[in-house]
Amino acid sequence: MLRVTKEYFTCSGDEEKQLLDSGLSLGPVTVAYETCGSLNEAGDNAILICHAFSGDSHVAGIYEDGPDDQPPGWWDCMVGPGKGIDTERYFVICCNILGSCMGSTGPSSTNPETGKPYGLDFPMVTIGDMVNAQKKVLDHLGINKLHSVIGGSVGGMQVLEWCVRYPQMLRSAIPIATTMRHSALAIAFNEVARQAIMADPNWNKGDYYNKNDPDLGLAVARMIGHITYLSDEAMRRKFGRNLQDKEDFSFNFDADFQVESYLHYQGIKFAKRFDANSVLYITKAADYFDLADTTNTRESLQDLAGSHSKFLVISYSSDWLYPTYQAKELVQALKRTGQDVSFCEIEADCGHDAFLIPDDRLTKLIRGFLNGISTSQTAI
Amino acid sequence: MESARPKLRFDLAVIASWITPGAHVLDLGCGRGDLLAWLKEHKNIHGTGIEQDQEKAAACIEQGLTVLQGDLKDEVQDYPDGYFDVVILSQTLQQVYQPDELLKSLARIGKQVIVSFPNFSHYSIRLQLLFKGQAPKSRQLPYSWYDTPNIRIITLEDFRRFSKEVGYTIVKECAINTHDQDRSGRIVSLFSNLRATYGVFLIEKT
Repeated sequence: MLRVTKEYFTCSGDEEKQLLDSGLSLGPVTVAYETCGSLNEAGDNAILICHAFSGDSHVAGIYEDGPDDQPPGWWDCMVGPGKGIDTERYFVICCNILGSCMGSTGPSSTNPETGKPYGLDFPMVTIGDMVNAQKKVLDHLGINKLHSVIGGSVGGMQVLEWCVRYPQMLRSAIPIATTMRHSALAIAFNEVARQAIMADPNWNKGDYYNKNDPDLGLAVARMIGHITYLSDEAMRRKFGRNLQDKEDFSFNFDADFQVESYLHYQGIKFAKRFDANSVLYITKAADYFDLADTTNTRESLQDLAGSHSKFLVISYSSDWLYPTYQAKELVQALKRTGQDVSFCEIEADCGHDAFLIPDDRLTKLIRGFLNGISTSQTAI
Repeated sequence: MESARPKLRFDLAVIASWITPGAHVLDLGCGRGDLLAWLKEHKNIHGTGIEQDQEKAAACIEQGLTVLQGDLKDEVQDYPDGYFDVVILSQTLQQVYQPDELLKSLARIGKQVIVSFPNFSHYSIRLQLLFKGQAPKSRQLPYSWYDTPNIRIITLEDFRRFSKEVGYTIVKECAINTHDQDRSGRIVSLFSNLRATYGVFLIEKT
């Protein structure tokens, strides 16, 4: 089993705070990251993996100093020696996103001006701001060329931001189960999640650190999220109308159905590990994401004209959060700017989360695509 | 360098011989990417394929080919004007719902178009219709009337007229006699409309 260590890089201190898309600045900025494999002499075998909304830098393997029964990283089925993203060939980096609570600076971090957690004093960050922070880590590691940047969902949005902000650094990109602009449906679900958190009396306008956490609101927010990650088919197959540990209806508001019990369990589990304010910030960053917008966004996909990275866009047939038509819109936009783009829709009934589930088809697509990227390929 | 890849199907080899090294090529209905992979290896082309079947499209991408899974009538949209030097429509025209619209789209994105299709006026087909009075079947057109994907009946002569009508000039044409999956075949020069099983045309916008 691959053994990894979580590392931290802090930059953008007092003199040079990170300028954010909102116009505000943030500093110092700490980014938690993990690496697997080793960087070759030319420094050109690096692959950056961008995690999804509630993920972290622990992409694969187990922690060197962790307990014996620790679970492996979130994409261990894809990343490791001999796997789809082969750590014997590639140097893999995964950074925790800005605004999160898994080691990188976010609303639960200490505000240097007050000595207390930021809470809502944390400035709004965008997907582009997350990417800018990751760029600093790559600079620190001495990487100036990426063989590929790969990610699903909110990770796929970061992939696309990488493409428009640092096209000269990339040979290729694999955005998976994602979109180039957050849809009204996706914004709607996020807003319900945020309202659930903010309606929890413990939330206290974001000032709840060292007090009671808004766990109930956060659990409801996660339940909504989980519905969007599954699909009608997946829920029918997994739960149907099966009852949970009972023969008959209770005729009260206990969790009668398995699907209710599953959502409760997921909600409670999530509230134990994640910060409610981070959900607010990250969902808002996703909602602001729109690379088709040329007026309100600093960079758009149109800016790619003139750069020539290879793209592999992947969607899942039962993903209703970022459906295939949105992946096709992305493909169309890439074609218009003359990019070298491949597209495949994987037939799967497990919904948006399908990319996290071991599937030989995705592994073979990614492995073959990465193999086909010539090391001499350079963005112009 | 000797390739491990099997020899190209005869009709594809004819098409391949018309491609200039280094060209930007679009292969519509590229299947498992045999032609694209051959052209990439031997002629150093920049290739893109379009294939509707998920499994076949994935097989192409796994070889490192650039391929879009999708319907060719939709996927030929969005490319910049004149993006490709050559667009290949191999053994697909007879399955296209609106061939005139498709060829007009191809004129926009490609400088030249190569079209190949089974010749419906081959003498064996004519004889079947004449003597049996049934919709003909052959090794090139093996389906029954009710399950065939080949919704268009084209002959070499029909295509010559059609290509002019939609605004193309024929630059090159080649009538060949080969069977479906054959690696060998021959070029037919006399009475081609009667004797060729396939036609291959290189056309250009007038």
